[in-house]
Amino acid sequence: MSTPSGGEAARGVAPRPRFLAEHFESMGAQLDTSTMGIWLFLASEVLFFGGLFTAYGVYRANHPELFRYAQYFLDWRLGALNTLALIASSLSAAWSVRCAQLGQRKGLLAALAVTFALAGVFMGVKYLEYSHKLHHGVAWGASYRASEEILRSLPEAVRGLPVPDHMGTFFSVYYLMTGLHGIHVLVGMGLYLWLIRRARLGHFGPGYYGPVDAVALYWHLVDMIWIFLFPLFYLV
Amino acid sequence: MTTAAAGTAQGPAAESYLHHGRGLRSWLFTVDHKRIGIMYLALIAAALFLGGVFAMVLRMNLWWHGGGLVSNDAYNKLFTLHGAVMVFLFVIPGIPAALGNFVLPLQLGAKDVAFPRVNLLSFWLYSLGSALFVAVLVVGGVDTGWTLYPPYSLEGARGLGILLALAALFVVGFSSILTGLNFIATIHTMRPPGMGWFGLPLFLWALYATGIIQIVATPVLGITAAMGFLERLFHLGLFMPEYGGDPVLFQHFFWFYSHPAVYIMILPAMGIVSEVVSVFSRKPIFGYRFIAMSSIAIAVIGFFVWGHHMFVSGQSKWASLVFSFLTMLVAVPSAIKTFNWLATMYKGAIVLKTPMIYVLSFFAIFGIGGLTGLFLGSLATDIPLHDTYFVVAHFHFVMVGSVLTAFLAGLHYWWPKMTGRMYGETTGRLSALLVLVGFNVTFIPQFFAGVAGMPRRYATYAAVFQTNNRVSTVGSFILAAGLCLAVGGLLASLARGRRAPANPWGAASLEWSAASPPSHHNFDRTPTAGDPYDFSGLRLVSEEAGYVRAAGEAP
Repeated sequence: MSTPSGGEAARGVAPRPRFLAEHFESMGAQLDTSTMGIWLFLASEVLFFGGLFTAYGVYRANHPELFRYAQYFLDWRLGALNTLALIASSLSAAWSVRCAQLGQRKGLLAALAVTFALAGVFMGVKYLEYSHKLHHGVAWGASYRASEEILRSLPEAVRGLPVPDHMGTFFSVYYLMTGLHGIHVLVGMGLYLWLIRRARLGHFGPGYYGPVDAVALYWHLVDMIWIFLFPLFYLV
Repeated sequence: MTTAAAGTAQGPAAESYLHHGRGLRSWLFTVDHKRIGIMYLALIAAALFLGGVFAMVLRMNLWWHGGGLVSNDAYNKLFTLHGAVMVFLFVIPGIPAALGNFVLPLQLGAKDVAFPRVNLLSFWLYSLGSALFVAVLVVGGVDTGWTLYPPYSLEGARGLGILLALAALFVVGFSSILTGLNFIATIHTMRPPGMGWFGLPLFLWALYATGIIQIVATPVLGITAAMGFLERLFHLGLFMPEYGGDPVLFQHFFWFYSHPAVYIMILPAMGIVSEVVSVFSRKPIFGYRFIAMSSIAIAVIGFFVWGHHMFVSGQSKWASLVFSFLTMLVAVPSAIKTFNWLATMYKGAIVLKTPMIYVLSFFAIFGIGGLTGLFLGSLATDIPLHDTYFVVAHFHFVMVGSVLTAFLAGLHYWWPKMTGRMYGETTGRLSALLVLVGFNVTFIPQFFAGVAGMPRRYATYAAVFQTNNRVSTVGSFILAAGLCLAVGGLLASLARGRRAPANPWGAASLEWSAASPPSHHNFDRTPTAGDPYDFSGLRLVSEEAGYVRAAGEAP
């Protein structure tokens, strides 16, 4: 029903753009709406994580000794590596939007692929961190049973200190927050695969780049959340 | 398809949205906001019925002070599911998802909401969440109260039921977020030519304010449900003290959502009242900007009052003091609305059709509910009243009585637009009276029982309260009869109702310039908006033809 009729073309009316949804009048109106929508979605994401950040603050206030002690289980160098990977991926994500707007197809594909790859690096490091901890029994809540080996690997100054109660609570918060963030990274990777496929089909250009823009905005938020998580868990 | 014959008989008018596509699939996979609204309406009505049946069993059990109709354990599960089903499946989504979905794009002269597929996703999530609540019932229910407070709710014995309930909250929460997101984006970007922000019908201002709360508050419920779910499965030590968790944090999180959620319930109700009171007083709404801005004020202040649910939780007394003060502040915009509605009626030509009678009931019920809220917002009076039937009566007045009467007002008001049929006025009026009388007879005795010290959430009570409870139970039957009559009258109109004209009430907002029922695309061409409360050019032609704007009158 939305196929442009022959009559319209004959009268010289511009055919309806391919990716203009039926209920919008113009591509501009459609872009405004999708931008508005993604910002509103990001607002709800901030509150979604906001609950966990609040929980972090409350548990840290309830058990300060626990948070001081447990952070020695985390390797700040791995965290820093991941921070760099995500910041770089935000740059390539922003670049992909620019390329789409300018109609640079090769640049767009490269920027999308780099973003995807950097997200893969992040998840790879995360996998190493998680598997190392879980292998040594550094699990969440009541399942926390740290092995002798990992306790011996703690810095000299820490080894002599009494082990606080409820060590698992720290790791519950750690796994919840980084895990939820990790799920967001995985979703982002899926979205970038989808964008790469569409970019290969030549869908994007100066007239239509809304999806690239929206996914990049989402990706910047995922990056931002990590920028808060890194110091809260690894540094302070 | 051959259009020659059809075109001449009925003119070029498009077929209605009800006949645009046939079969179950054309409904389940539709992206038409009108069909999604109708499907929501059907499920929400089913939720009201289910929650209502639970309520009637509760009321019958309370006929005798010793209980006895159901076991005490079953009673606990019934009141839990009554609360959860009514709150999450009926009152919160009721007006925005069912009526809002149908009306919002029409009032904007738009073809659809901003994100039609997201809208359908929202409906599916709601359906899935509802199914999960039914599954809670199937696996034996939960007995925690709808607030699901840990540590009790997350202790060993309550396994599958609580997990399903938390999963259901998570899922319906996202349904609500997506609806709010859609509405705000639509109102921002899809207003028609001629409609500035202060040309919006007040129902849309109300939905806008509701959308803010849905987007900002609901994710916190989502994450809380997820945390509770994982806590129960893996003993994370988040909310359970035995593992180092903090149960009061759950209460803070829960009420950070669930208090603003009462404004998700009441703001759209107030929006309907603003529309109906003006149309049926035949007078422009009084104090348009004050009503619009008070919706936003309620949405904003509503975020900072959650602690008034926790005056006895052990939170800091200074926090309680601030929460108490802020709670009083919400009364100001609520009163602004009420006075503006009354001023609208002053010297108006009031037409006592069914929607208006429901709105007058709303004024009475919301007045009582709002004023009794002041006792609970004040620290000193809340302490003795906490967890008594006074609280039960208060929140039923604001959450149930007010929202239900406004919902029924809106349903009758837009019914001709939704179905193309006029409901029977006599049945409608009678149902409105029964609901008003039944509601008050049910809940006013509970105020007295509460002040005298009857605690909530018990299957049995002291014999001295038996009269209060029996009057209350009789009232609940009157209320149920009123609701059945309203539903029966509306359903009967589908078969026997008179065909509705485009504008049966003489209203000026854009939905009444579309056909009744509207075509698939709502409007043949995008209409130009005028003042939604200027009724001066509208003349009643006949009952069959409805109101028509006289030639030469704007717009």
